[in-house]
Amino acid sequence: MALLQTINLKRYFGETRAVDNINLSIEEREFVSLVGPNGAGKTSLINVISALLTPESGKIIFKDADITHLSVRQRVKAGIARSFQLVNVFDDLTTFDNVALAIFSRQGKTAHLASLAHLDGDVTREADAILGQFGLGAKRDDTARDLSQGERKLLDVALAYSLRPKLLFLDEPTSGVSTRYKGQIMDTIASVVRAEGITAVIVEHDMDVVFKYSDRIVVMAQGAVLAQGTPDEIRRSEQVAMVLLGTSGPDAFTRRD
Amino acid sequence: MPTARSQPSLSRVLVVAAPIVLVLTLLPKVVDLYQTELLIYGFTFAIAALGFNLLLGYTGLLSFGHSAYFGTGAYTVAFIVRDLHLHSMELCILGALASTLIVSALFGYVCVRHTRIFFGILTLALSQVIWSLAFKFFWVTGGTDGIRVPRTGITLLAGLLDFKGSGSYQRFVYSYYFYVLVVFLLAVTVMWVIVHSPFGKALQAIRDNEVRASFVGVPVRRYRWIAFIISGLFTGLAGALWVPLNGLTTPDILYWPFSGEIVFMTVLGGFRSFTGPIVGAIAFNYLKVYAVASSQYWQLVLGVVLVILVLVLPAGIVGTLERLFGKLGRN
Repeated sequence: MALLQTINLKRYFGETRAVDNINLSIEEREFVSLVGPNGAGKTSLINVISALLTPESGKIIFKDADITHLSVRQRVKAGIARSFQLVNVFDDLTTFDNVALAIFSRQGKTAHLASLAHLDGDVTREADAILGQFGLGAKRDDTARDLSQGERKLLDVALAYSLRPKLLFLDEPTSGVSTRYKGQIMDTIASVVRAEGITAVIVEHDMDVVFKYSDRIVVMAQGAVLAQGTPDEIRRSEQVAMVLLGTSGPDAFTRRD
Repeated sequence: MPTARSQPSLSRVLVVAAPIVLVLTLLPKVVDLYQTELLIYGFTFAIAALGFNLLLGYTGLLSFGHSAYFGTGAYTVAFIVRDLHLHSMELCILGALASTLIVSALFGYVCVRHTRIFFGILTLALSQVIWSLAFKFFWVTGGTDGIRVPRTGITLLAGLLDFKGSGSYQRFVYSYYFYVLVVFLLAVTVMWVIVHSPFGKALQAIRDNEVRASFVGVPVRRYRWIAFIISGLFTGLAGALWVPLNGLTTPDILYWPFSGEIVFMTVLGGFRSFTGPIVGAIAFNYLKVYAVASSQYWQLVLGVVLVILVLVLPAGIVGTLERLFGKLGRN
């Protein structure tokens, strides 16, 4: 049984079919990339699955349970976490407090108002360990606002990861970051995700990144799934090359500089 | 923002707080009766502003209706003394906390469904409901005459101290100074712990980014509601402490300009720092008293100060000092 399954999932914005009858299943421990041109419905699909948007119709099954009508918080508790395309962190909190808050929340401790947050040794140790994993240790006491774009992207992912999810959605974790830094961020994310056996679904435009890290690639266009397969299968698909690149041929995906 | 940059260390807080507490303890020996009285007023307003700022500074909600909770606390004490003929200040405070708990829980439940200007307008409208009740039901509330709460009707420390007989006014002011000072220090401590607790961090997360807060599993609306209630309780406590000092409670403290004054105090001190509202409340109290004493156009004086404040010191007194000392420390 798949970890996540969507059944005839639909979400329209007026005439626009952002999510049009999507039947997708994600297996446990898979690293899946969601690709497609702008407006293909990748982010909308993630928004519907993570409860930021409600679906028109269809079902979302997670760990054999119907979660279609659960709230954001209930889905987080069930084990679905996500990062955001535009950095979405707590700007006036320190890097450390950002991550610590997610851990407090996971442990059900945010209701504690008679204990001092910084005296919680367990949470402090775990938060520092996570900051270390994401290479943010040196920025521990900086406010999130003062971090660089790349660091903010990593913090966004670290926030979601701190919830120790079963299923992690990463919406363009490397957007707005220089090419050199991109590889670094993806290596960090991939190593953390694989080490913990987390199932990851990532939206990404850079096909080099997609081919390098994915177990499976799902190609979307106009709200529907156009094709899916292993990196090799997708690389060979002329139809996919036409949609993504506007050209086809045996080496369409080879970068020409 | 210097607010969240460093983790608070208890020893550092004590190093800063201990001398201040010492000075406050010795102050009535140095200053005269009138100044002592002004300070008591300052402390009570400081408790109110501290409560108000849990919503504004830490949760990102601007309430324009905190007069409702201050007034609820004050009127409850008046009812207890006048109608129940109870004189113990401790009982009065408990009663005031109970009634503000009910009012702020009810009002908060309605208000936290909205944010920004809608939240502000709702808090304002609901506070005006309480005001109109106090204003119109004069057979209960005394209308614009209010209710007198003479200091002779109050005892402190479960009846240990009463204020009847000659020289009682002086005795009252000095005893009440220390009484309010202790409650004030307790309130500051409790609020300090709350804002540095995991719950306090969650409130700040909600303030910064409510969408992401819910995506890390924080129950945003429920926590806003709890913050609203705590905020109301602090302000209600302030109202209760204020009444015996003022000797009278009138609908003025339920009217919206008083809510505005609480906002003013907090902005004056700086809503982005913990001590801002405390400093702001005490400073505002002096400012208002001296403006009233020195000019019949005191509202104009306060208005000009507010304009200058917003234009020149948007971070408030404490915020500006922090920035100044932060710069000095770096150079």
